[in-house]
Amino acid sequence: MLTPTICRMKVFAPRLASAAQPGQFLIVRADEHGERIPLTISDYNKEKGTVSIVTQQIGASTTQICAMEEGEAFADVVGPLGVPSEFTEMSPEALSAQRYIFIAGGVGTAPVYPQVKWLHERGVAVDVIIGAKNADLIIYKDEMEAVCDNLFICTDDGSAGFKGLVTAMLEKLVAEGRTYTQAVAIGPMIMMKFATLTARKLNLPIIVSLNTLMVDGTGMCGACRVSVAGKTRFACVEGPEFNGYDVDFDEAMRRQGMYKTEEIEAGHKCKIGRGK
Amino acid sequence: MANRIPRVPVREQDPKVRATNFEEVCYGYDASEATLEASRCLHCKNPRCVAACPVGVKIPDFIAHVAAGDFAAAALKIAEDSSLPAICGRVCPQETQCEGSCILGVKGEPVAIGKLERFAADWNLENGGAEVEKAPANGHKVAIVGSGPAGLACACDLAKAGYDVTIFEALHRPGGVLEYGIPEFRLPKDKVVAAEIEDVRRLGVKIETNVVVGRTVTIDSLMDVEGFEAVFIGSGAGLPKFMGIPGENLNGVFSANEFLTRNNLMKAYREDYMTPIHAGKKVVVVGGGNVAMDAARTALRLGAETTIVYRRTETELPARREEVHHAKEEGVQFAMLTNPVEILGDEKGWVRAVRCIRMELGEPDESGRRSPVPVPGSEFEIETDTVIMSLGTSPNPLIAKTTAGLETTRRGCLVADEAGVTTRQGVFAGGDAVTGAATVILAMGAGRKAAAAIDAYITSSGK
Repeated sequence: MLTPTICRMKVFAPRLASAAQPGQFLIVRADEHGERIPLTISDYNKEKGTVSIVTQQIGASTTQICAMEEGEAFADVVGPLGVPSEFTEMSPEALSAQRYIFIAGGVGTAPVYPQVKWLHERGVAVDVIIGAKNADLIIYKDEMEAVCDNLFICTDDGSAGFKGLVTAMLEKLVAEGRTYTQAVAIGPMIMMKFATLTARKLNLPIIVSLNTLMVDGTGMCGACRVSVAGKTRFACVEGPEFNGYDVDFDEAMRRQGMYKTEEIEAGHKCKIGRGK
Repeated sequence: MANRIPRVPVREQDPKVRATNFEEVCYGYDASEATLEASRCLHCKNPRCVAACPVGVKIPDFIAHVAAGDFAAAALKIAEDSSLPAICGRVCPQETQCEGSCILGVKGEPVAIGKLERFAADWNLENGGAEVEKAPANGHKVAIVGSGPAGLACACDLAKAGYDVTIFEALHRPGGVLEYGIPEFRLPKDKVVAAEIEDVRRLGVKIETNVVVGRTVTIDSLMDVEGFEAVFIGSGAGLPKFMGIPGENLNGVFSANEFLTRNNLMKAYREDYMTPIHAGKKVVVVGGGNVAMDAARTALRLGAETTIVYRRTETELPARREEVHHAKEEGVQFAMLTNPVEILGDEKGWVRAVRCIRMELGEPDESGRRSPVPVPGSEFEIETDTVIMSLGTSPNPLIAKTTAGLETTRRGCLVADEAGVTTRQGVFAGGDAVTGAATVILAMGAGRKAAAAIDAYITSSGK
């Protein structure tokens, strides 16, 4: 457990580990009766055939995942899914001209880590802002410190680092004269929305990673559809990363809450109104 | 005269009762009903039914065994050409294939070939029928992408010919559309789909689930690293279409794929599964194919008042006649010559109503169907909580995008000839991935043809 409600686990999945790249995700099913839950890949080891995943307990399924003990196995693990981060396709010359700022919110810090690590290993300049409610909810601090140039911590209550939001931190860094060519924000939808607004104000390009609802994760169901630059896109196969400026965050947030009522009732009597 | 006997009716669950459960609608024949119905076959010298079957099941021969009471022999006869008879007996559009060409149908009712096939296959599953003959192992490895009807049929023929076959499936259960698309009440999952797939495994076919070809592995890595000499792509047409009208991203608008996958693969209708599903009190299903019928009848069973909205008339409905009939019996409403133009939402972004326009049939289009044209000024609203878009699907672009040299058509379908030969050497394809969304049996037919082509390719390469 990284915090009382966030757990990290290593999963043995050799094919997946050998194919995984930064920016991709996977889907797990805890047991035969479970949902398919999309989770970001927070690290992978191609030699050992393992991938790391980080889960925050928010509903019945994620609670079940977090309750799993070492040695237990998921019923299913599938991936890697989604398109790898844009920078994995860039030439070394193009990359060396970049200065990245990653904005990580809460459990979104986990998928930021492999991206920062990948860039750092290739000598690209990377700064990271980690935001959390309080000091206890900060994850991946030490790991991140080891792979970035500068790490900045913000908490809502000031119990660690800067007291305030990640957006204020970003503005502060730029005001202090730091220059960036590309921002990447991963975290709660609302944080990515405001990070995008701030980046736009600062004239900074920004990429966001959308954690939409999904069933299959292969482009089959369309539950993950989002409006990007006025067009409907499937986050699972065309994302999860998109240009932040183009994303309709309000729609994405509304769609994310679609099964809220059902989820609250999960583990309960009849959820489908049969026999009404 | 044999044809004096009327077609033996098949017993079904009472429509009022079945509208509230997910048990199979049709009970099928029992032994005496099947024997009697089988006695109606005229055993034509040139059986038109066989010619009309995409996999060429020797229909009069198996029916003769049923008539004689030798059900095991009947099942073996079918197994020579079809690996999934209990499935086909349930979901094939017999009225346009075998039964549609039955000579008895000219003046009266055709032989109930589908129901007889189902009977023989079910009997075989229950009584653990005889082993199918299989050639000795030849040591050649073939990979199959997708465990739907095309992939399973291809795998069976290759396994019978001695090949070492592995199927890669992206989802967590094999079966493709048989598992995620067609509902339990039409095609039972454990009793029929899983059981027939188990028969495929018994032939020596390996099935690896949770492998997304194009992501977890690629066609190239399968051939270059894992040593498969040929690959068959039967990845289906899984990408849902939307109409492109305003309001389609409102909460409560789903693709039929999502709605059915949640209910079928993810078993949302069962209380012991965690999958959520949203039907609401009123559901509008847009489209007129089998998938639209499946979605509507599923929504109905989840307790919703359900209406199918289709832009042509009932005559043009592409769904199987039996499905339309069953849907009506169960209480699904049909709004024909109606087309949605906008989906309206409430202040919280949930669906409130669908604005539709009345249509009328105009001149026939290139497909010969009269194309619907809107009646100006005829817009009206249908109040609803949920809209399910069932407008067809297209092939998933993932494999084509990640495989060099594999060409696709403008519609995203893989380019392949009749035998399944693609533009890439050693790579074959068939089923919905090539044709766009069609039927289980056409996909199986394509899988069988590709199996023959793969056999010829590997044999001629002389490895």
